[in-house]
Amino acid sequence: MRDISTEQITRAVARLCIEANYHLGEDVLDALRNAREEEVSPVGQAVLDQILRNAEIAAQGELPLCQDTGLTVVFLELGQDVHIVGGDLYEAINEGVRQGYQEGYLRKSVVDKPFSARVNTRDNTPAVIHTEIVPGDRLKITVAPKGGGSENMSYLKMFSPAAGRQGIVDWVVERVDKSGANPCPPIIVGVGIGGTIDQTTLLAKKSLLRPVGQPHPDPEVAELEAEILERVNKLGIGPQGLGGRVTALAVHVETFPCHIASLPAAVNIQCHSARHKEAVL
Amino acid sequence: MRITTPLTNEVIEQLHAGDAVEITGTIYVGRDAAHKRMIAALNAGEELPFDPKGQIIYYMGPSPARPGRPIGSAGPTTSYRMDPYAPRMLEVGLKGMIGKGNRSPEVREALKKHKAVYFAATGGAAALIADSIKEAEIIAYEDLGAEALQKLRVENFPAIVVNDIYGGDAYEQGKAKYRLVVGG
Repeated sequence: MRDISTEQITRAVARLCIEANYHLGEDVLDALRNAREEEVSPVGQAVLDQILRNAEIAAQGELPLCQDTGLTVVFLELGQDVHIVGGDLYEAINEGVRQGYQEGYLRKSVVDKPFSARVNTRDNTPAVIHTEIVPGDRLKITVAPKGGGSENMSYLKMFSPAAGRQGIVDWVVERVDKSGANPCPPIIVGVGIGGTIDQTTLLAKKSLLRPVGQPHPDPEVAELEAEILERVNKLGIGPQGLGGRVTALAVHVETFPCHIASLPAAVNIQCHSARHKEAVL
Repeated sequence: MRITTPLTNEVIEQLHAGDAVEITGTIYVGRDAAHKRMIAALNAGEELPFDPKGQIIYYMGPSPARPGRPIGSAGPTTSYRMDPYAPRMLEVGLKGMIGKGNRSPEVREALKKHKAVYFAATGGAAALIADSIKEAEIIAYEDLGAEALQKLRVENFPAIVVNDIYGGDAYEQGKAKYRLVVGG
């Protein structure tokens, strides 16, 4: 057993909220620089220049990358030999969000009573927290603020198994095409295949945490990712939807076994401001 | 092309889908919740918190301003959520909207009918865009927090004409030009 205090967790979450919203990962920056090299459309090139310049300004620490600093999605990998001391784990995380969004001048974008009064909670809580129990005595915290524009371009389909690989590829490409300029291209397309309704959407979201463009370790899945990416980048949507060859920076697919009667698939689109930071306690 | 607010029909007639513009002058800021209230006010026969004639509304909800800055990051939000409200705003004299993403056929028709323009700013370039905002003031609905109605003074605010009064659409035109697949 190893003790981790809720205070440590709160401070780590607060710091990660700020870091994620001001500093794009090197993988994202590299992908954007490559996109700038590959893009042939002049307006697409101009948009990518703006996005890269924006990242430089944000990294100075005064202005976050995007005004939409997201709903805070937190992934925990909690070692089974960890003992949390000092209070409630989830409350410690929400307190971290509260502190991070206040100290970092981040926008509070969460409303309660979603189908009626839509009252802003004023501190960006509650976070959406996903916890996985893993071997070991460490706690890995990943903070991934998710903007509303790209999150709204999310889709779920319960395929008949007969639809197979082709059915899924065609559907994902069609969904990206329909999303057009809305999710702030160039995007990362997160795809979940298999599991149940809840599992497949979580797979789609978790796929977005992978370094941008790093292929799936299973060659069959990696090939699927490459095929979808190639087709998506023939759509012509381009940076910000104004026309061009780089509609997506990457397609990430994650899979899970599923019921003999089912073939669930989900798409969760990530805008170019692909923000996530992690810490291990 | 450099344009100043309020927008006149003469200027609007010169704008075509795909044109890059820099906007200088006063623009107003409102998004989902502010639009809901403004339309409710109009339906109740009340005045809007500002005179919309010739003005531009920017669909945006900024991050909080640090001390010494007029505003925080300030990029556009996705526009289709304001589609149910936009035709009514155009009816009462609004001449421009800034956002990102596609508009409904109804909004595009209303732009032609009322001689108004829809612009896009670069989504996610919010820190860069903040540089062109010189002053910001909340003018109504302060209780809405980041969704309050604001008045901005902007200098050379960068935008692209998406929908003009001639039925042009920069998204459709751009996509058609670079599309390598048939259909859709």
